[in-house]
Amino acid sequence: MGGHPVIRLIAQRIALGILLLFAASLLIFLGTEILPGDVASSILGQAATPQALENLRNELGLNEPAYIRYFQWLGGVLTGDLGTALSNRMDIATSLWPRLKNTLFLATCAAIVAVPLAIILGLVAARYKNGLVDRTISGLALSATSLPEFFIGYVLMYFFAVYLGWLPSVSTVHEGMAFGDRLRAIALPATALTLVVLAHMMRMTRAAILNVMQSAYIETAELKGLSGSEIIRRHALPNAIAPIVNVVVLNLAYLVVGVVVIEVIFVYPGMGQYLVDHVARRDVPVVQAVGLIFAAVYIGLNLIADVISILANPRLRHRR
Amino acid sequence: MPDATQTRDSASSTGPLLDIRNLRIEATVYPPDEPPHDITIVEDVSLQLEKGKVLGLIGESGAGKSTIGLSAMAYGRGGVRITGGEVLVNGRDIRQLNPRGLRHLRGREVCYVAQSAAAAFNPAHRLMDQVVEATLKHGLASRAEAEERARELFGKLGLPDPDNIGQRYPHQVSGGQLQRVMTAMALCSEPDLIVFDEPTTALDVTTQIDVLAAIKDAIRDTGVGALYITHDLAVVAQVSDEIMVLRHGKLVEQGETRQIIEQPQEEYTRQLVSVRKIDHEEKSSGGKAILAAKSITAAYGSSTSDVLKEVSLEVRPGETLAVVGESGSGKSTLARVITGLLPPRRGSIEFDGRKLSKGLEGRSRDDLRELQMIYQMADVAMNPRHTVATIIGRPLEFYFGIRGRERDERVAELLDKIEMGEGFADRYPAELSGGQKQRVCIARALAADPKVIICDEVTSALDPLVAHGILDLLLQLQEEKQVSYLFITHDLATVKAIADSIAVMYQGRLVRYGPKSEVLSPPFDDYTQLLLSSVPEMEVGWLEKAISSRRMESAGN
Repeated sequence: MGGHPVIRLIAQRIALGILLLFAASLLIFLGTEILPGDVASSILGQAATPQALENLRNELGLNEPAYIRYFQWLGGVLTGDLGTALSNRMDIATSLWPRLKNTLFLATCAAIVAVPLAIILGLVAARYKNGLVDRTISGLALSATSLPEFFIGYVLMYFFAVYLGWLPSVSTVHEGMAFGDRLRAIALPATALTLVVLAHMMRMTRAAILNVMQSAYIETAELKGLSGSEIIRRHALPNAIAPIVNVVVLNLAYLVVGVVVIEVIFVYPGMGQYLVDHVARRDVPVVQAVGLIFAAVYIGLNLIADVISILANPRLRHRR
Repeated sequence: MPDATQTRDSASSTGPLLDIRNLRIEATVYPPDEPPHDITIVEDVSLQLEKGKVLGLIGESGAGKSTIGLSAMAYGRGGVRITGGEVLVNGRDIRQLNPRGLRHLRGREVCYVAQSAAAAFNPAHRLMDQVVEATLKHGLASRAEAEERARELFGKLGLPDPDNIGQRYPHQVSGGQLQRVMTAMALCSEPDLIVFDEPTTALDVTTQIDVLAAIKDAIRDTGVGALYITHDLAVVAQVSDEIMVLRHGKLVEQGETRQIIEQPQEEYTRQLVSVRKIDHEEKSSGGKAILAAKSITAAYGSSTSDVLKEVSLEVRPGETLAVVGESGSGKSTLARVITGLLPPRRGSIEFDGRKLSKGLEGRSRDDLRELQMIYQMADVAMNPRHTVATIIGRPLEFYFGIRGRERDERVAELLDKIEMGEGFADRYPAELSGGQKQRVCIARALAADPKVIICDEVTSALDPLVAHGILDLLLQLQEEKQVSYLFITHDLATVKAIADSIAVMYQGRLVRYGPKSEVLSPPFDDYTQLLLSSVPEMEVGWLEKAISSRRMESAGN
């Protein structure tokens, strides 16, 4: 046995996360392996002579068996070497790093607005369940989600950039830009992302709270003379943390890995654009590297959700 | 102004604490296949309660007891509405209060103790925070003062380690203790009135007696007024000054406790008072056992602590073996082992001269058929989307391959046996009452033509009069079919009514086993003595006598 059960549980989750990450890396490698044609033919084009192909394959090490290439790739990844892009012969890690920072910056800004807003709106909607406030909140949030991202993006761009002229329509950011300017540049894409993820988190918060509101201890709180919002804040919310955290994390992951369309619309130099550019050029090492980072983000965020859910459960924190 | 400190609100110090006049409560029901309509739950009920007095509200489920109790806080559970009459607390009609005024009343003048404290406490907060919450909310004391008072109440209510128990979470405390903490929670804000809603019903008898005594002392020492709601007349007789008997939301009879117990005026009250008496002659054929469990030791999962330890017992043909004990004593685990749901670690089960496989998968269809089971919760033991005919007909098809007309005839016969007409064949479980549901489960067990039926707390969820009917039916069927029962229960009155032999279990062990007459006559071992002396008797003053004559503490402490 040994150790507090919570520590054991969390250690277990982390171990499982790492295992999952290895499985994901294997899948990504196999996926790109199965694709017809190989890197050499895509570099040299259809008209290449067999001799030229063979030479390039030898040079790139493509004639090694798949498992050896997998472990070479994995070893590189573990030491921070993501390989070299085929299209421009640049080191992937160095060109990817600033873009990852940009994407995380955009996602973080959107999350800082979206998560508290969604939870507060969800709590308010639960408090005034089925009333006018609830229906207005739900209606607006749902219609924002139902609209495709690119549509929201273009509407925002037209209204705030073209019509009012308040904000730039293209979110160009570069090294050494002042923080305020940076925020101004990403205001529109961040708003679009917020609108996309808001409804899901808000609806789930509302549902989780209303589910807890069925419990007998809510009646106890009511019979103590607590007001509706006190009951929700003190008695319902602490018991709804696990489901809320799970949906929040799912949306955070979406903010990081699902921003492709928004980044392309606003010409934002993030991971999404980088990925799209290199998929078009069949640049397999880049696709692998980006895929692995996306997988790591997903697994890492879900790991955090698991850990928070475990910590939020008093039955696990305090043994009998 | 000597009275100024006692009455918190300007109004009245002369009138009764609680004065309910011509109360009428309605609710909207949404039955299947019918348009929603309003039904009357409580009709024309009036009651008065003086400061410091206890009024018992008694009746079967559906009598409107809880609804009336909650009306003293102007609270309607699940769409229940007070539609007529007046509810005066400390002289003012609380029906006229706005939400703010109501919040001022609840938790401050009137507090509530729920039936299931385990569900009524928030699992996310420490007990102390919940106990002092209402006191702090209403600004009646500082946190330090409130916690001090809570610790005092914990001690008064007989909770172990009163100084630190507040630091625990609800799941770290036993059911009986939680019920006491809940009483402390209600007393903490020094209300004028507490509504006790079946506070001991979910507890074992041995725990119930302690909680009951604690509540009674607390009421006496604090001088709080109380409405005590229960379906158990013997329990309410111990704590109430007056008793009000209710049925179908109407008053049947009201009077001093002694008068209700000793000279009931109404026929219905007389039935309630005498309900516990079924005279059952002990049979002792001494024949060969049909079912024998031999030194069963069992545990759940890979757990190292055994839930059953070396349990051996026998059931003879046509007889009833009652297994008694409090929750956690291993009664239901024994049933799971016998039915094969939980293969034992050691020991064996012999049935009708053959050795049964330990696990379910090794048993033949006849092994399964001859050993049937009836559960406590009849409504969850049936598929809600099957009709009664399908439910009862299923074993006929499965075990005997009887179908079509023949099956329908057999179903009709079985319905007749459980004293339900053929009209019930097309009904769904949701359309049946609790007693009828349990009868259908009995018919389903009988349809398999079993030799032994395991009855797991089959009457525990039923009202006394209905339970009485079920026991009668079981005895009658036994006479007819010579079927044996292994009857698991925590209720000794039921045991006396139905058993031929008795096995008393305590913490996974058999502590006493033999024919009923032997087990129930002295000299007793300590545990059996405790168990027997804990069963409330319909007698004023029984509680004090029982407490003073006890030799051991119950396991719940």
